[in-house]
Order: sequence, then C-alpha cells, then structure tokens
Amino acid sequence: MPNIYKELEKRILILDGAMGTMIQRFNFTEADFRGAQFKDFKHPLQGNNDLLSLTQPEAIKSIHRAYFEAGADIVETNTFSGTTIAMADYYLEDYVYELNFESAKLAREVADEYLLKTPNKPRFVAGSIGPTNRTASLSPKVEDPAFRNVTFDDLHKAYKQQVEGLLDGGVDVLLVETIFDTLNAKAALFAIEEIKEARKIDIPIMVSGTITDASGRTLSGQTVEAFLISVSHIPLLSVGFNCALGAKQLLPHIESVASKTAFYTSAHPNAGLPNAFGEYDESPEDMQAQIKEYLDKSLVNIIGGCCGTTPEHIKAIADLVKDYKPRALVVGF
Amino acid sequence: MNKNKKYLKLSGLEPLILSENSNFINVGERTNVAGSRKFLRLIKEERFDEALAIARHQVDGGAQIIDINMDDGLIDGKEAMVRFMNLIASEPDISRVPIMIDSSKWEIIEAGLQVAQGKCVVNSISLKEGEENFIRQATLVKRYGAAVIVMAFDEVGQADSYDRRIEIAQRSYDILVNKVKFPSEDIIFDLNIFPVATGMEEHRKNATDFIEATRWVRQNLPNANVSGGVSNVSFSFRGNDTVREAMHSVFLYHAIKSGMNMGIVNPTMLEVYDEIPKDLLEHVEDVILDRRADATERLLTFSETVIGSTKEHKVDLSWRENTLQERLTHALVKGLDAFVIEDVEEARLSVEKPIEVIEIYLMNGMNVVGDLFGSGKMFLPQVVKSARVMKKAVAYLLPYIEAAKKAPKSPKGTYHWETANPVIYNLLKDFAKQMRNKPTEAEALLWNVLSGKKLDGFKFRRQHIIGDFIVDFICLKTNLIIEIDGLIHQLPENKTSDKERTKWLEEEGYRVIRFSNKEVLSNLDLVLKGIEESLKVSPFGGDLEGARSAGKVLLATVKGDVHDIGKNIVGVVLGCNNYEIIDLGVMVPSQKILETAIKEKVDIIGLSGLITPSLGEMEFLAKEMARQNFDIPLIIGGATTSRVHTAVKIDPNYDKVVYVLDASRAVNTVSNLIGKNKESFISETKQSYKALREGYLSRSKTKKYLSFNQAKTNKLQLEFNDTTIKKPQFLGVKVLNDISLNDIVPFIDWTPFFQAWELHGRFPKLLTDKVVGETATKLYEEAQEILTYIVKNKKLKAKAVFGIFPANTVDDSVIELYKDDTRKTTLDQFVSLRQQSEKAAGKPNIGLSDFVAPKESGVKDYMGCFAVSAGFGTDALVKIYEDNQDDYNSIMVKSLADRLAEALAEYLHAKVRKEYWGYASDENLANTDLIKENYQGIRPAPGYPACPDHTEKQTIWKLLDVENNCGIKLTESLAMFPTAAVSGYYFAHPQAKYFGLGKIKEDQLKAFAASKNMPLEAAEKWLNPNLAF
Repeated sequence: MPNIYKELEKRILILDGAMGTMIQRFNFTEADFRGAQFKDFKHPLQGNNDLLSLTQPEAIKSIHRAYFEAGADIVETNTFSGTTIAMADYYLEDYVYELNFESAKLAREVADEYLLKTPNKPRFVAGSIGPTNRTASLSPKVEDPAFRNVTFDDLHKAYKQQVEGLLDGGVDVLLVETIFDTLNAKAALFAIEEIKEARKIDIPIMVSGTITDASGRTLSGQTVEAFLISVSHIPLLSVGFNCALGAKQLLPHIESVASKTAFYTSAHPNAGLPNAFGEYDESPEDMQAQIKEYLDKSLVNIIGGCCGTTPEHIKAIADLVKDYKPRALVVGF
Repeated sequence: MNKNKKYLKLSGLEPLILSENSNFINVGERTNVAGSRKFLRLIKEERFDEALAIARHQVDGGAQIIDINMDDGLIDGKEAMVRFMNLIASEPDISRVPIMIDSSKWEIIEAGLQVAQGKCVVNSISLKEGEENFIRQATLVKRYGAAVIVMAFDEVGQADSYDRRIEIAQRSYDILVNKVKFPSEDIIFDLNIFPVATGMEEHRKNATDFIEATRWVRQNLPNANVSGGVSNVSFSFRGNDTVREAMHSVFLYHAIKSGMNMGIVNPTMLEVYDEIPKDLLEHVEDVILDRRADATERLLTFSETVIGSTKEHKVDLSWRENTLQERLTHALVKGLDAFVIEDVEEARLSVEKPIEVIEIYLMNGMNVVGDLFGSGKMFLPQVVKSARVMKKAVAYLLPYIEAAKKAPKSPKGTYHWETANPVIYNLLKDFAKQMRNKPTEAEALLWNVLSGKKLDGFKFRRQHIIGDFIVDFICLKTNLIIEIDGLIHQLPENKTSDKERTKWLEEEGYRVIRFSNKEVLSNLDLVLKGIEESLKVSPFGGDLEGARSAGKVLLATVKGDVHDIGKNIVGVVLGCNNYEIIDLGVMVPSQKILETAIKEKVDIIGLSGLITPSLGEMEFLAKEMARQNFDIPLIIGGATTSRVHTAVKIDPNYDKVVYVLDASRAVNTVSNLIGKNKESFISETKQSYKALREGYLSRSKTKKYLSFNQAKTNKLQLEFNDTTIKKPQFLGVKVLNDISLNDIVPFIDWTPFFQAWELHGRFPKLLTDKVVGETATKLYEEAQEILTYIVKNKKLKAKAVFGIFPANTVDDSVIELYKDDTRKTTLDQFVSLRQQSEKAAGKPNIGLSDFVAPKESGVKDYMGCFAVSAGFGTDALVKIYEDNQDDYNSIMVKSLADRLAEALAEYLHAKVRKEYWGYASDENLANTDLIKENYQGIRPAPGYPACPDHTEKQTIWKLLDVENNCGIKLTESLAMFPTAAVSGYYFAHPQAKYFGLGKIKEDQLKAFAASKNMPLEAAEKWLNPNLAF
C-alpha cells in the first residue's frame, strides 16, 4: 500500500474540490435522492447529499473520477454530514454506519481504478468528517450561556460511529474538517484515538479548521495559534484551514500555521467569497494566481479546494504545483 | 529558541507558551473553593455571575492561567465545574487564558476536560494509587489534549526529601514518556513546597531540597516543567507578613533560578527581592538556603524587631492620646473594653443627656464598624467583640438614661408640680412657705429678676418641693434648678449635703446650677447670663426606645429546634446596627411568635432553624402569617434553609419573605426591609424567587426516577464473608459517662468551628489566609484559651452511650436488630431509605441497608448505633457570660461545645473500631486522616444526607435508652438537647460509604410508612424535603 508520508516528502499533494458544487450539476430531484431504497421513507430527503452514496452511487463515483482526472492525489468521501447528529435532520440516524461504509467504498474503488492506471502515482482516499450542525462550546440560547445542545459525549459517540464506518470502507486518511468549534474536533480526535487503540492500528489524521471572521478567529473564538495548540496533542499528518474564505483571505492564517506547526500543512479554500447570490464565482485562473503565492512562500504540503471549486479549479492548481517543491517540515513553536 | 527543546504550550482563546524567554507563569487561584471563601460562598449560592466576576478580576489582574476547583462536600463538584466552565466559555475576556482544572476527584477533572476547547492543565495526578491508575489517567489526559501536573507522591507517600523527589519525578516521567507516550513538555511537576523554620530539624532542608530537586528535574528530565504553591514555605511565620513576603521572594528568586517556571503565588504577599532590607535578606536566606545551624533561631529573634511582627505583642497605647470620639471608635473597632467605662463616663459628663453618649459617640463608632463589616474589611468575630464593648458601655449608661427618663417630659404635662414626697409634703409645704416669706437678700434679689417670666419668658417658681428637698428656684419647663449656696435649704431633720442632694436631683433628671450668695449679690449680670445659657439648651429627658432603635426585630428558633448560635450572631450584629432585638429564644411555638410580634409592634420577624423538620415549621408559620393578615416581612435563616427552599416552599405562602444567608447579610436585608425602598426591595426579591422557583421546578421535573422495586434491584452489591465481617468483641449496650475532655480535644475538626463564625476555608490553611488569616488566628487563640479553661476546670461534661447488635437486612430496606447471636428475638429495626433517582449505567441505587448482610444469605452480620453529647454544663457557662453582656464568649462556648460533641463522636468511633467492635484493631491514623474519614466503616447520622429520616433517632433512643443512660433528650421535632450532641449508626463493612439519598417517590414513601408503622401523612411530613412528587 502506498505511504502518504513518503509521498509528502517528495511533493505537494493535491486534494480534490467541492462535492456539493458538483452534485448541483446533476439537478437531482426528490425521487433521485430517495432512489429505490428510500422510495417510501416518510420524511423528505432532497438536499441530503451524503445519501446519494447509497441512492446515486454512480454519480458520486463520477465526481471522484473527475477530480482524479483533474490531477487530485486525494479525494474526500461524500460523508461531510455522516453523523447521527447531522443526519437527525433527515431522520436517518440509523443509516449512519452504512452511509460512511458505502461512501468510503465508492471512493476506494475509484482510487483503486486510478492506481491500476498509473501505478507510480499513488491515489488516496480521505474520510471526510464534518463539524456536525451543533457546537459544544457555544450556547444556542442567548439568555442561558451555560446551556449546550450537544455534549462532548454525544459528539464522541457520533464520531466514533462515523469513523468505524469510514475505516471499514477502506479510507487511507481521516480528515476532520471545517472545524468551527475546537471542542467538536477534540471529541472527534478522542474518538479516533480510542479506535486506534482498540484496533491496534495507526491511521494518518488531517485536521482542518475554519476561520470565520476577519480578525482571524474560529467561530468559537480561538486564534490560529490557540487552535493549533488545542489540536496538536495527537500526532497529525497535517493541520491547516479550509472553507469560509477564499485563497486570498486565507493566506495569512496558513502563513501563521506554517511557521508554527511541526506537522505538514494543508489548505483548501473556497473559490473566493460568495457573490450577491451566495454563489462562488472565482475562476480557476484567478484561484490559480492566488495559490501561486502559497507556493512561492512555500506554505503548504497539501492543497485543494472547498466550496465552489470544480475539477477545472483543481486542474489549474495541479498544473501549477508540479513545478514547486513541498514545504519543508519545521520544529514548530 | 533552543532547537532541541520543546516548550509547554497551552491555550484558551489565545495561546500561552512557556519558553525560556517567558517569565514565571503565575496561576490565579481565587476561583478555587478551597482558596477563596467568597468564591465558595458564591458557588454554594449558585451566584455564578458574581463567581465569574472573580475569574474576570483574576485575569484582569494578570493571572496567566486560572485554577478552578470545586472540591467541597456541599457542592456537586462535577455539575459546578461544568456549569462554571461553560459560563467562562461565553466570556471571551476570561476564556482567553487557559484553565487549570483542579480536583482530587477524577470524575470532576474529566467533566471539566469535556467542556474546554482549549488546552488545559490537569491538577493533578500522581502515583499515589499505583501505576495502573496513573497510566489510565495520563492516557486520558493526553487524549483530551491537556497538560498535567504530577504531584511528587507515590504509593509510599509524599516526597519530602531531595532523594524522594527525584526518585518519584524520574519514575513518573519515565512512565509518562515511555509507556503513555505523553509529550514531555506537557509534564509539570509539583515537587511539594513545605515550610521551613518550623523548629524541626528535619524541615531545615525543605526549601533547598525543593530548589535542588527542581534543578535536577530541569537538567535531567528533558522539557519537563516545575510548579508549586509558594506560600507554604513561610507557614511558620504566619502573622508576620513582612518576614513572609521576604521569604516568598527569596524562595522564588532561587527556585526560579533553578528552573521553577510556574506556580501559585499571591502577588500581594511578595516583596521585591532587591528591596528586602539587607539584614532581613541575610536572615531569610540563611533559613531558605539552610546556611547555618542556628538560622531559624536567628530569624525568629530578628523577626521580632521587624515592624509588623511586634504590633501584636506590644500593647500600643498611643491611641489613648486621641480625641474622645476617636478613642471610643478605636475601642469599638478593635473590640477593646479596657478603657471603655472611663471613656463613656467622660462622654457622659460632656453631654446634656446621657442618651447622647449612645446617639452620638457610640453610634458614630458602630457606624464605622458597620461600614468595615459591610465592605468585608472586618469579620464576624471582630464584630461580635465590638458588640461586647458596645453592650458594656450601654450597660454602664443605662441607670443614667433611666433616671433621665423619669424627669418631666413636656412643659404642659400633667404632673409637673407633683414632685414632692407625699409623706412629708405638708411639713415641707409649711417650711417652704416660711422660707418664701423670709427670703435671704440674695434670693430676694434673684427672685426680683426671675419672677413674672421676666427672664426670656421662662416661668420660675421659688422654694419648690422636690422629693424630700426644697429647691430655691426651678424652671419646670426646662428642669433647671438654681440653688443659692450658703443657706439652710431644708428641714434640719432632713439635712443632706449639697453634693448628695445634687446627685439625687440629677438622677431624677434635673439640672442643677449653683451660685454663691456673694456671686448673686456682687455680680448679678454674670449669674443671669449663666442662667440664660442653661435655659437655652434643651431640657433633660428623652425616649430611649425612640432614640435608640432603627427598628424592632423579633428573632426566634422555631418550635422543636434548639439550635441558636447563628440566630444569636444575627441578633448581635443587628443590635450593633441600632436595631432593637426581641429574642424569644429556642423552641418557640408559632403562636407565641405571632402574638409577640403584634404586642411589641415589631417591624420584622426572623426565623431560624438547623434541622430539617424546622423547614416545615417555617412553612407553617408563613401560612399562619398570611391567614392572620400579617403585613410585616419575614426573614428566614439557619443551616438547612436555603434561597431555593425559601423561594419554592415559603415564598408562595406569604408575600413578604426574604432568605438571609448569614449574619453579614442580615443587616443589609433588614435595612432594606425597613427603609424607604422596602416596597421595591420586596417586589424585586419576590420576582427573583419566582424565577428561581420556576427554574427549580422545571429542572426537577426532568430528573428521572426508578420505581422503588427497580431501585432495590439495582442495590449496591457487596460481599459478605469472613473478610468483610468481623464479629464484634462486645455485643450489647455500653454507657461511658466519665470521658475526659482531654482525650477528645485532639479529635476536634476545627474547620466547622470557623464556619460557625463565618470564616470559611480549611483549617489550618485558613490561619494564614491573606484576607481572614489574622482574624482567624486571633479567634483560634482565644478559642484555645477558653477550651483550656473548660477542660482544666471540667466545665463541660462528655457522655456517651452506644450499642452493637447482631443484625441482618430484610427486603433490602429494613435492618433487623437481634437480642443475641442466636438471632431469634428481634429487638427493633432500622428502616433505611434508598436512592431512587435514575443512575448512570453501572452505578447502584444505594441504601444504608446494603451495608448489612441480607437475612436470606444466612451470613451473621452486625451493626451499631450511638448517642453522645459534650454539652452538659453549657447553659451554666453561657449564663455567666450573658449576664456579663459577653455575647462573644457565650457564642464561643456554644460553638466549642458543638466541636467537642463532634470530636467525641469521632473519638468514640475510633474506640469502637479498635476495641469494642475491634474490626480495625491495628488502625493508626493521624487526626487529619480522621477528619478526612480515611478509616473503615461509617457513622451516618439520622437527619443527614444518607438518612434524612429524623424518626430513626427515636429507635436509637429506645434501643440505647439514651435519655436515662446519657441524659440527651429529643424535642418534638427530634432535635437533640443539649444541642451539642451527635447520634448515629455504625456500619463496619469495608465498602460502607457516605452518600446522599436525594429525592424519593411515593411508592417508597408508602413502603417506608408501612415498615415504620406510621400514618402516611406523618411519613410525608417527616420526609417532606426529600419527596420528589
């Protein structure tokens, strides 16, 4: 099996782009989302992208293929909302394991296809672990700041189930991403460590936070450095940021992490900031130009895209990256 | 930065990195219930907003980490930790710094770790309970992403030498780094800072051992950090802050140089190293660095010359040179009564009416006391002493005030001229007539200007009879008597010296001015001027009540309860603040309280009680007040009462009720309730109670309960066999009526004693607390004096009775007690209550009956019970002090008697464990371990959390014939009298432990009533506070 650490010593790896943006292109209807398996399910299911791994597996596989074709080394499983907590919105808590298992399997199959085609260019599958739709450090009730609508234990259990499914489905890496509340992420990391111990395995972990405001803090209020310190208790493959900002706005934060962490770094920004219609419309060329600065400054080891990015964006980035050496590891602060 | 070195990195919302470039990291410790009595109080009262303010204050004040500790028996530590940390998370100006999660309980630490997004420090883990536990906890700490403080403690004990410190540090480090793969930079060693200069040879190296061990750790254990609590080092110099501050600086100076990089230091107790005077520095360094054999002695001698240390020993009388008001204020603030009579007499002579001494001089002083107390600069024991001085002064003034009251009060009152002694009136009348007809030359001259209201319109009479005397001239309106000396004033038979006569007249409330014949004849103008001046000042007399009292407060301990220390303190403090107190004492029936309230027209009723049935009495009284259309405010206080209870159970019954936590709040509350804003105060209170009540009711609804049967099924499963049960050496009932107080004094737990005086904190740490330390030390010294007096003169008597019986549990709820080991005759039974709220998986629903083998097992088990009191003689002793207006010592005696009773219970328990039952014959524990209850077996008391049912006392009384054997009585509410008494059960099982029953449901109540053979309503009444329906 290819070793991602070895690959990272050699080159900058390309992560894929947005899953949601690509799914939108299919214009799936409620019936498409339901497929045969959920034909009679009593709640509406349209918009539950993760479910498509079960009901439209070929569409998902085609998206993975498109990203590999564009030059991605790592594709993310279609499991961003694959926890009981997030699936509760669709009353699909009971399918969480299956969703993660099948999604991982789809991505694995596509990656293996490409490995056969180009055996000297290893391809990897990262199990995508989203933040859920609840936050453990903030109260949703203004009048009761001590209140929480999710506990560490709730998150820990939910993440554990998701990770079991992803591992059984064959992912190479776990990607805890779009972290707006560090405590949620710590619960995910706690669950992963438990599973590692129980299964006596080691699995590379990528951690990617989200900076939500111009002052450079997470939604739960931590600065970049504080976030970095709070997640570094576990040996990580990489640490970095994704989502919320375009490559341009994200740059200073990646710079800060790159100078301080002893781990590899990653970035997968959005295709710019959303326009008046909430769409991301930064062109592949624009994004490429901004990513060039990351490369010139030698800030990243893994680079890809988040909301609004497409295989075209990834291709533009991959074309650029070929000529650059990866960021060298530092001692950290 | 050094490339090979890794640095401890922590985070809140912002990072904190300890590199060699960073200064010593100071940990704030005021959000620690053991370190701050204020914080403890706020958490207990669920005043989290104010508790947050303390945290904010710490951070604003420069704390780089805040230590949070919720370890207190009366707090649900886990819940408080979670709630407080959640609140902190919502306050960015606090949560920017990392948190140190401090607890001796792993579950609290874990709960804290689960609510922190930043990287915390766990305080602490150690090898105390062995490697396995250490590894387990360290693994979890790592997984939660926290750094850890490792105490230099192992299975053998706490490291107290250089060798032991490095031995444990090395071993802990190796396990953490090699087995747990714990990041070495996340390890912080607490290498135990112990006091130096204690006089003990083995303590000489305490500081150097720490410093050298620190150096060793930093050189030999890569990346590890060293921390510690600095104030310990100077413990033996408590009371001498100058020396202590110097010791802290010197210690830190050397410890930081050797590598200590984090610690708990009180910034106000730190001198700048360079500013320590050379000679002091040399003496202190000799001690800290153990540079000479006689260093301690030399520092001790030297310290007496240091300013600050001597002030307590040398009596400073410079204040005697101040003004009269300053002297009286000083005496009141300091509680000094040595000169108070002298000063009050001087004051009395300087005012017109004796009452003015109180109104002006003493109240001015007491206002200062009130302000200092209100702003937290004086503490309860000091205030009670102030009250003692005040009472002494008032007692001296009282005869003068009473005399003044007898004097005529108004110009046109009824009996102004009926002043004569009726027996000799006729005689005097004739004599007076004679005198009037034969005035002396001087009298005639004066009468000429005084008669016919010629002098400023004041009416004068001449030769007026008062009592046995005839006075020359009198103005009745102003009580002014003018006497012309040099004449015979009265009948020869009644001759009394002028001096005695004046004294009598003055005591009757008259003012007497005297002139000689010569003055009148030669300088009439001057005499008239003198008279005019005297007339202008207001007349004598005044209403003591009206002038003294800011309001009348009735205080009573409710029916069935005998506890009154707290109530007495409230009375004293209110009295100090000019309120008139009507104290009806203890065990006061409701009707008497209400009747007195009406008769005395009181402004407020205050109720107190300590045992749980008193809560019911208070609820009843509130209902009665509503029924009888009372409108005056009711205040509620006492140990079992609480804001929540008042809000939920009393407030709905009566419109004007306020809970008062302690004496220090009483003044404010009472003044709010009487003052002009009372309506808004009452309505605000009412609203806050409404919110509290609704919150409480909605919260309690969410709690889930098991059925009684389910709870029994989920009982605590213990093993009953030869290793867990030891047959008692003694079976039956034993009376011990001649226990020497000397034997029980060592068992005293002093912490609650200070709590009774509203000084919160652990003993002996409390004695050196920077806020209350001085007061606590003084209180402790005086308590020791009285205790010695009591012990030496056998002023209190300690009596005890206990029994050990064959016993087995039936139906997981009833413990049967048998006459002998044949177990054929049942003597009686104890009915135990079982926890009924739903527990976390694997946690049992405990009942006391789980600690005794079930009957069906066939295993022979045993249990015991006891009753003790050390309160015999309290009343007589208290009376002596009370007669002497000495509330301070009266409260002191009561609180000491309480402590002695608890100590006696501890003493007896030890004797039972080691001798009578003998299951722990090889036990050998220090007093601190006893207080921590580090022994096998428990002695829970009916009325306390494990068995809130007071009626079990009746069973104990019957079994042991307590009243005849020991003399302790039970009141109708089952309070014990004398008050300083303890009763309870003995369970010997190694896994027997204390627990809180919590609430129970109706099914268990019914079963309980049936077992007790008690009507359901009666059972409901007794268990009311524990019912969840």
